[in-house]
Amino acid sequence: MSKIHVTAVVNGDSAEFLTDPGTTLLDALRDELGLTGSKEGCGSGDCGACSVIVDGRLVCSCLMLAAEAEGHRIETIEGMAHGGDLHPLQQKFLEHAALQCGFCTPGLLVAAKALLDNNPDPTEEETRYWLAGNLCRCTGYDKIIRAVLDAAAVLRQERRAA
Amino acid sequence: MPHVVAMGGDVAQFTGGQAEFDVGAGTVAGFLRELEARWPGLGDYVGARMAIAIDGEIFQDADGAAIGEASEVCLIPKIGGG
Amino acid sequence: MSDVLDRPEAGEGEGFKSVGTRPIRPDGIEKVTGRAAFGADFAMPGMLYGRIKRSPHAHARIVSVDTKKALALPGVKAVVSGADFPDLADELVEGGEAASSMRDLAWNVMARAKALYEGHAVAAVAATSPAIAEAALDLIEVTYEPLAHVIDVEDAMAPDAPLIHDHIFTAGLDETPKLPSNIARKHQFVRGDVDGALGAADVVFEGRYTTKAVHQGYIEPHACVASMGPDGQGQIWSSSQGHFMVRTYCAKVLKLDISDLRVTPAEIGGGFGGKTTVYLEPVALLLSRIAGAPVKLVMSRDEVFRATGPTSGGVIEVKLGAKKDGTITAAEVTLKFQAGAFPGSPVGTAAMTALACYDIPNFRIVGWDVVTNSAKTAAYRAPGAPISAFGVESAMDELARKLGVDPVDLRAKNGARDGVRAAYGPTFQNIGFLESLHALKQHPNWHANLGPNQGRGVAVGFWFNVGGESTAAVHIGEDGTATVATGNPDIGGSRASMAIMAAETLGIPVEDVRPIVADTASIGYSMLTGGSRTTFATGMAVVRAAEKVIENLKARAAKIWDTTPENVEWSAGKAYCLDTAKGEQKPLTLKGLAAQSARTGGPISAEVSLNAQGAGPGFAAHMCDVEVDPETGHVTVLRYTATQDVGRAIHPSYVEGQMQGGAVQGIGWALNEEYIFDAEGRMENAGFLDYRVPVASDLPMIDTVMIEVPNPRHPYGAKGVGEAPIVPPLAAVANAVRDAIGVRIPDLPLSPPKIRAAIDSKAG
Repeated sequence: MSKIHVTAVVNGDSAEFLTDPGTTLLDALRDELGLTGSKEGCGSGDCGACSVIVDGRLVCSCLMLAAEAEGHRIETIEGMAHGGDLHPLQQKFLEHAALQCGFCTPGLLVAAKALLDNNPDPTEEETRYWLAGNLCRCTGYDKIIRAVLDAAAVLRQERRAA
Repeated sequence: MPHVVAMGGDVAQFTGGQAEFDVGAGTVAGFLRELEARWPGLGDYVGARMAIAIDGEIFQDADGAAIGEASEVCLIPKIGGG
Repeated sequence: MSDVLDRPEAGEGEGFKSVGTRPIRPDGIEKVTGRAAFGADFAMPGMLYGRIKRSPHAHARIVSVDTKKALALPGVKAVVSGADFPDLADELVEGGEAASSMRDLAWNVMARAKALYEGHAVAAVAATSPAIAEAALDLIEVTYEPLAHVIDVEDAMAPDAPLIHDHIFTAGLDETPKLPSNIARKHQFVRGDVDGALGAADVVFEGRYTTKAVHQGYIEPHACVASMGPDGQGQIWSSSQGHFMVRTYCAKVLKLDISDLRVTPAEIGGGFGGKTTVYLEPVALLLSRIAGAPVKLVMSRDEVFRATGPTSGGVIEVKLGAKKDGTITAAEVTLKFQAGAFPGSPVGTAAMTALACYDIPNFRIVGWDVVTNSAKTAAYRAPGAPISAFGVESAMDELARKLGVDPVDLRAKNGARDGVRAAYGPTFQNIGFLESLHALKQHPNWHANLGPNQGRGVAVGFWFNVGGESTAAVHIGEDGTATVATGNPDIGGSRASMAIMAAETLGIPVEDVRPIVADTASIGYSMLTGGSRTTFATGMAVVRAAEKVIENLKARAAKIWDTTPENVEWSAGKAYCLDTAKGEQKPLTLKGLAAQSARTGGPISAEVSLNAQGAGPGFAAHMCDVEVDPETGHVTVLRYTATQDVGRAIHPSYVEGQMQGGAVQGIGWALNEEYIFDAEGRMENAGFLDYRVPVASDLPMIDTVMIEVPNPRHPYGAKGVGEAPIVPPLAAVANAVRDAIGVRIPDLPLSPPKIRAAIDSKAG
């Protein structure tokens, strides 16, 4: 079977690649586009390490076929910082030591961004339930939740100032 | 003379049941040689498979460690973590 | 015995500039931008893709492996099975943390005569694409003769149990048995006269507890890329807890020279002990040698669960005897642990830690190591200790009820303190067990009110922490910044602690220190990252290397001032001339000396290798409040408090992180996690949906209290902290559930059906 040609917008840039029909978006991002920030932790949509945002919606890229990306807008962890400027979520993760091994971190940051894009003032409970699809085995989630709530406050402040 | 207590039951197999004894050595290396001389095979076994606690401090693979005249020496199985 | 209030609060060091502060970790930017390279993120030109064929049977003779069809598939470049691996004699080798049988390891990496568990590797392929490799697996024809299997530990100990190996004759008995069995070893620790003391006790409590096998649950599956050339030189890129261990084990399994292998550590996405061994690397190397190209081998999540070591499930029987006034006079503990397919469960350390928090004059602890048809167990954070602590701490809770004594007071009364002979032998010094315990009652959570269906449980725990071999190098750049190189993979933020300790010693800002993890060819030998040893032992090597650099700098300053090094003082990053005969001399900065290094003797560098001794043990005390839904049996954790003697918190945020992470793994172990096997011995829940680890919505904030009783054997007082936090939570949660529903459930996990059944039995 011949490969499928896919054109999509990835982190704001036009991206083109060839893919087998059965290849997941996760594998295409990692192997065709060299964007290895999204990780495979389970391959079955249970751990969230592969989280990306497709047309503004949080998605497990291991559950989406690469061919389905045709014509869509995809945001990965690699697009979160702008040049040398970290996103407030990334900055707060560092300040709060919200990562230990760092493997779940890209997925968590993307998921947290999707949360704050939709709900700029979440409660602790709303944050925990939104992030329930992102497994972390190292931190026990305490510092992660604190970092997300702190980043939310920073973003609300920036919006007020703008 | 330093007094030795062996925990765990492995040492007793070499010493015919004795789990406590006195030794004369002043370093771990000498201690292992003494064990090997008194109970063939035991010195090698302890060196490879056991940790040695001297006056409360655990030594693993520390042949140069000193054993004092009145030291309490304890043999325990080697510890691995995770 | 000092009061906890006399100990300094975490962070109030003796005027430290860097130790005890919370700088951003030096490798942080790469990790939050997705740039950090983990095991599966690496690629080499011309790389092939490997896949492993695994046994569908829990126990079977491997009659034949036919690889012809697989080899004929276009794109397949190599196929291997057990016959392609060298035969090894049974040899014990240091490489991990305790000596490992290399033959057992080799047989686990690739099955020989028998498949010993579902998921056991029986063959492997390397091909030009993952899809071709996958297709090739189906073309490998393996003929099995299925055998009866056994997984439950007591079933495996029964005389009529299916025999897993015919060369195991129980070690540690008075007489070696004539017949082989599945019982690999008996451990025994005895003190005093436990039978007499139990007989004379005012109050006796006896309980039987069970746990199931649980997995370390790291989110990153095992992954490596290996390349072996026709000249026999090999390169491996892999994520592990120790690249020197990977080198040693690969060399042994494949009968290679250690110097022919160079292993570069990838970032590692969690280990917790499960990555202190090898599964893929020897297979990838062999495939690569045959194919003449690099081979990438990555496990799926399914493979991680089926084929990599969980920790043991086990049985814990506890009998405690006490006087009416609460003095515990006797304890008897019997442990039976699953080892998986090869001997070596953590029952020995479980036995040694079972009573380590207490000062009990008469005891007998017996531990049985039993092979079973399940994946060979691997270390899991304080191996064995959480399991024996679950039994002992549940029994302590019931004893406290029987005596009418507060559970914290009972533990304090019988608690270990300086000068007490530990249950495992040596005399304790500089320990902070009582301080950790008292901190629970001083925490605001102690005063939180409990409503209906709510309960509180406390439990304590101990872990040895180890030292071991570490090498560190400190290089000063021409601009006065420092590179610190070690051989320890960073699993929890240890780079930050290395930078802090180097900065503190040299007297320079922590931002001027760049820590790296060097490969096996670029740094001296280092034991792996585990056993809570890195901040202690590798940190010690870093400090000693920095001290050597300071001696070097003082010698250069002395030359510049035409005096002797004894007349030079190094303080806060500068050399000061103490020789009054030389008049007023401006101090020389590290930057200034570095700039002149060529003229004063050459590059400024030092490397120190040591075998660190004097690791301080870790004591932890935890308190858990839960609410149980009587209709569904669901348990909500309302509050969780973790206290621990941490020695000195070099970077407090990462110490808190260890305490929180360990506590949450323990909560998962207590409430949800277990290996579920079907009648054929196959794992039914080999994925994160049904192997249920804690998620963010399951938990409250985890409150931590760090008690600092500095370890005099470490330059900054550090003790290991990573493992003790997983020891108390199993019983802390179980005791809380007992408090909430009024019934003791002695079998983990405390899943909703079990809780409902217990509530129903109480009502009925």
